Amino acid sequence: MEALVNQFFNLGIMAQAWPLMLKGAGLTVLLCLAVIPMGLAGGLLVALACTSHRRRIRWPVVVLVDVFRAVPPLALLIFISAGLPFAGLRLSPFMAVVVSFFLNNSAYYGEIMRAGIESIGTGQREAARSTGLTSLQTQAYVVLPQAMRNVLPDLVSNTIEVVKLTSLASVVAFAELLYSAEMARSVTYNASPIVMAAGMYLLLLWPAVRLASGLEHRLRP
Amino acid sequence: MTRYEAFLDTFFNPVVTQEYLPEIISGFLVTCQIAVLVVMSGLALGLVLAMVRSYRFWWINAVIIVCVDLLRALPPLVLILILYFGLPNVGLTLSGYVVLWLVLSLVLAAFAEEIFWAGITSVGQGQWAAARSTGLSFLQTLVYVILPQAVRLTIAPLTNRTIAITKNTALGMVIGVGELLNQATTAQSFAGNATPLMMATLAYLILFVPVVYLGRWIETRFAWRRV
Repeated sequence: MEALVNQFFNLGIMAQAWPLMLKGAGLTVLLCLAVIPMGLAGGLLVALACTSHRRRIRWPVVVLVDVFRAVPPLALLIFISAGLPFAGLRLSPFMAVVVSFFLNNSAYYGEIMRAGIESIGTGQREAARSTGLTSLQTQAYVVLPQAMRNVLPDLVSNTIEVVKLTSLASVVAFAELLYSAEMARSVTYNASPIVMAAGMYLLLLWPAVRLASGLEHRLRP
Repeated sequence: MTRYEAFLDTFFNPVVTQEYLPEIISGFLVTCQIAVLVVMSGLALGLVLAMVRSYRFWWINAVIIVCVDLLRALPPLVLILILYFGLPNVGLTLSGYVVLWLVLSLVLAAFAEEIFWAGITSVGQGQWAAARSTGLSFLQTLVYVILPQAVRLTIAPLTNRTIAITKNTALGMVIGVGELLNQATTAQSFAGNATPLMMATLAYLILFVPVVYLGRWIETRFAWRRV
């Protein structure tokens, strides 16, 4: 029992690792602030393209979305950070993470928003157009607000997944929360820093998980 | 060498392909193996937990809810590192393969429990009352009346979640499991060429594109919101 506490909840080691972990947590938050808005914006473009009537716009985007949904995010990240340098394109760890997450998250957010847009009946669109709104105005003021509300639970739970996904950045040596914890662990030979990182992720995500299940239960038919 | 030839040489080099094909194939098989094991054990455990939860013993349910929340909120990579690096120091050494299987199964079980539970609660109380009044026991009602209706509702969200978690088999790379991505990165650093990574990417596409399509088909077939 004592060995267990010593290995996973060693307060001395946690205190030592605290400054490093705090820095890492800051970078994780920064990464989230970069990646989530970019994913939402990319997802909106993907959703609009996937519901477009023009085939030449729709098909290439649908194929790309399927490709990025099928490749594991870590494989994509490794490909961009370790594969592209062979072709002469060397990105910093931060940029590699941002680019690969943008591709991956746009596909996921896009798929959710597409479902939202498709849940709005054509009657809404026709009614809006008949009052004299342009098609852009119809999208922006009539279709999208309702579409987003319909898929809000899925958007929230996908955002939780995105925050969890930022832990993959540790694999390409971006010094976020998990990387800092892993570094502290390899110096101290003790798993407490990683347990501490887990605690910090919980602090960040538990309220969001509760919110997500609340929304799911409220909106169920 | 033109730019096009340089591109082919970097990403689709035939010599490198031939040399590392066996490694990539063995990695592919390991990935498939773990994926199948995780899906089976994760879904089974999730279903059992949801069934236990429907007995509504409050203290058991409190434990289930806390564990499920923990597994839903923590990044799987964090759990993998805690088990893989922490347990040996308290006298329990698990191989990377077992740790990967265990963590992904538990995470899938947590999500599956939540989805099955949502399905069970969405079946009307009248179904329970009617089934119990015909003399079926609680368990019989659950298995023969409630679950068949509940599971139908859960198929679409469950498929998507299962695909997402199965793709996390790539995390095995971090703890040295000989799966696809690990074989590819090792081969890539030996070959000094990006072709093995491209091969791995294509292998993932071969493995998961059909599953993604299946998921999409199931989604339109058993739509969650249109019940």
